[in-house]
Amino acid sequence: MEQVVGFVALAAGLIIGLGAAGACIGIGIMGSRFLESSARQPELMNTLQTKMFLLVGLIDAAFIIGTGIALWYTTANPFIK
Amino acid sequence: MATEHAPTASEYIVHHLTFLTNKKQVGLVDWSVLHLDSLFFSIGLGLLAVFLMARLAARATSGVPGRFQAAVEIIVEMVADQAKGIVHSPKSREFVAPLALTVFVWIFLMNAMDLLPVDLLPLIGNAIGVHYLRVVPTADLNATLGMSSAVLLLCLYYSVKIKGLGHWIHELFTAPFGAHPLLWPVNFAMQMIEFLAKTVSHGMRLFGNMYAGELIFMLIALMGAAWAGTVGSGLLWIGGVIAGTLWAIFHILIITLQAFIFMMLTLVYVGQAHESH
Repeated sequence: MEQVVGFVALAAGLIIGLGAAGACIGIGIMGSRFLESSARQPELMNTLQTKMFLLVGLIDAAFIIGTGIALWYTTANPFIK
Repeated sequence: MATEHAPTASEYIVHHLTFLTNKKQVGLVDWSVLHLDSLFFSIGLGLLAVFLMARLAARATSGVPGRFQAAVEIIVEMVADQAKGIVHSPKSREFVAPLALTVFVWIFLMNAMDLLPVDLLPLIGNAIGVHYLRVVPTADLNATLGMSSAVLLLCLYYSVKIKGLGHWIHELFTAPFGAHPLLWPVNFAMQMIEFLAKTVSHGMRLFGNMYAGELIFMLIALMGAAWAGTVGSGLLWIGGVIAGTLWAIFHILIITLQAFIFMMLTLVYVGQAHESH
């Protein structure tokens, strides 16, 4: 039983860590592109910002869903009775 | 609280995560179980939003608007601009824009429940004999998946209504890879996967954000309580208050952003269904 809990703890850490790495790299790249393009064309800044926030939400989706599942594993562990 | 001794950390969290249900949940999928607290808060907030908006609409003046009217005007203009950006035909916008406004305001209100202190409503509930209470309806997977499947049903209804049943079924088998008979099963499988993926990710994104946000509030509350119990703590519990305030401020962005994203995706999906080629 302790082994299962140990592995679940590892799994939760990996889920959150890998998800965070992917999401942050993606948002970082998008953020830099947004800054470059808004520097080049300041008048488009507003529309681009709305699109950027929409994409931040979409990129974050997989990461946050993973975090939700990992938090669910750590609080109400389904693998132990 | 059933247990006499102070609840342990996991008991506290598990207690705050259990819903107020009409009966014990038996299987993983049990249609007879109702989450009374999620239903109460979601329906209540929905009616509140409808009542406030209707009362304001009745007394809207073209003269100097009051503060509340100005706020609602800002929201309505924002939703209208987004709807114009995505759904191009004015006729289909007649339905999609009000739907987007409803979705945005309703989900924003439900998300905002997360900003209330974790123990506030459960303690009040405890006083009136309600021992388990989940305050944030959008942190309930059933609620968010229910909303996203409602959006899916709307998409199906409007694609059949606008494109016509025959044309829609034709499209099911020919999009996106072309009309070659050999590709029919592939196309159909792609369409089904697309419908499923859109709905599940649409619902789970909102759930994941709100569930993780709520859980972090609980962990902060636990941290504050644990620090308060340490020897010579004195003022250490203030750390919990600071952390809670910081997370609440950041969470305001998450709440608005998730409501905005849910609205945008509703616009995109229902708008797509409206396009007749």
